[in-house]
Amino acid sequence: MLILTITEQNIDNHLIPILAQVSDPEIPVLSIMDMGVVRSAIIENDVVKVQITPTYSGCPAMDVIGDDIKKALQEAGYESEIELILSPAWTTDWITPKGRKDLERYGIAAPLEAEADKEALLGEKKIVKCTNCGSTNTRLVSQFGSTACKAQFQCNDCQEPFDYFKCLK
Amino acid sequence: MNFNLYKYILGISDNSLILGQRMGALTGHGPSLETDIACTNISLDLFGQVRSYYQYAAKIADDGRTEDDIAMLRKEREYLNVLLVEQPDTDFAFTMARQFLFDVYHLLFLTELQKNKDLTLSAIATKSMKEVSYHQRFSSDWIKRLGDGTEESHLKMQDAIDTLWTYTDELFHQTEADKIMVSEGIGVDVTKLKDNYYQKVNNVLEEATLKIPESKYFQKGGKEGIHTEHMGYLLSDLQYMQRTYPNMEW
Ligand SMILES: [Zn+2]
Repeated sequence: MLILTITEQNIDNHLIPILAQVSDPEIPVLSIMDMGVVRSAIIENDVVKVQITPTYSGCPAMDVIGDDIKKALQEAGYESEIELILSPAWTTDWITPKGRKDLERYGIAAPLEAEADKEALLGEKKIVKCTNCGSTNTRLVSQFGSTACKAQFQCNDCQEPFDYFKCLK
Repeated sequence: MNFNLYKYILGISDNSLILGQRMGALTGHGPSLETDIACTNISLDLFGQVRSYYQYAAKIADDGRTEDDIAMLRKEREYLNVLLVEQPDTDFAFTMARQFLFDVYHLLFLTELQKNKDLTLSAIATKSMKEVSYHQRFSSDWIKRLGDGTEESHLKMQDAIDTLWTYTDELFHQTEADKIMVSEGIGVDVTKLKDNYYQKVNNVLEEATLKIPESKYFQKGGKEGIHTEHMGYLLSDLQYMQRTYPNMEW
């Protein structure tokens, strides 16, 4: 593992459609491009070098994502090298607007801004929107959910239990 | 190899490994489904952080060992975690008190480590801080819920805090490697975190209607590899697979 600091996303246009086919195994509707985990992808001497960054340190999906990227690129005729980078650290701000919509459709409430996130997770304010009926009359069930990135909520109106993607900044 | 840097990294990361092992061992044993999931999530975050540290330590050691070897194949005296994190899960109050007393320190420590001129340590710290702030929110919440809960929960939480208090001072003890790394401008001077730590801890305890322990008797040793009797049992669990089936891979 090498930890590099890269200042901006640098992705070769030719590679975008290939990488966009790969999704997070735990959130299959969300492309890794919309999740913002691909920080760079360039073609160097016929080898594609991809740098990805983990959402959470212990995210077990990262190894699978790396393998899936390799496979997708191989099917498109590319050799590839995958590198995991930690800096700059991933933030939920890197989820694209399309990614947020995909999350909501899948039943996961998209992350709020940092301050609102804190109020929601302390149960101070009812602001997390139910992914089933849209009501904000929801309550926190647990700060930790089915994966490291989520918290559990339940809707008081339609009773739907759902996940909330925690803000990470 | 820079032996001091290697030891310094282990001094940081062994805390996360051992606490992660404690929390992970609760899988399926949490008092409710939600707390069970929370404990294992915290464990997963800590193990994730440990992997980054150990990968870095393996690179520095450069003696053919991998991150797994460092995690699984050292002897008890070679683990440099503080005594606090190896203390057993006497009951759920102990589990949360141990977590809380470590989280407050962990976040203060990472905030300083983040400013490090060693870019790898700084990157790991930045990544970890976000996760640890969620841990601290969770554990502080339980200190208040149990402390300011029923008569019984209050008694149990007070007992846990009183018992574990004796291990808090060690968090601010400096080993030789620590001192050398501080003098080289890489290490965090933990002695400077102490006042802020007790201030933050005491604020939560007061809000939880708990008494701040007055005991001036403190135990230390873990940072030098001298552990309490609980450590041997913990390691026999942690190392079982690698000792039984050497070099096995997941
Ligand atoms: Zn609803």
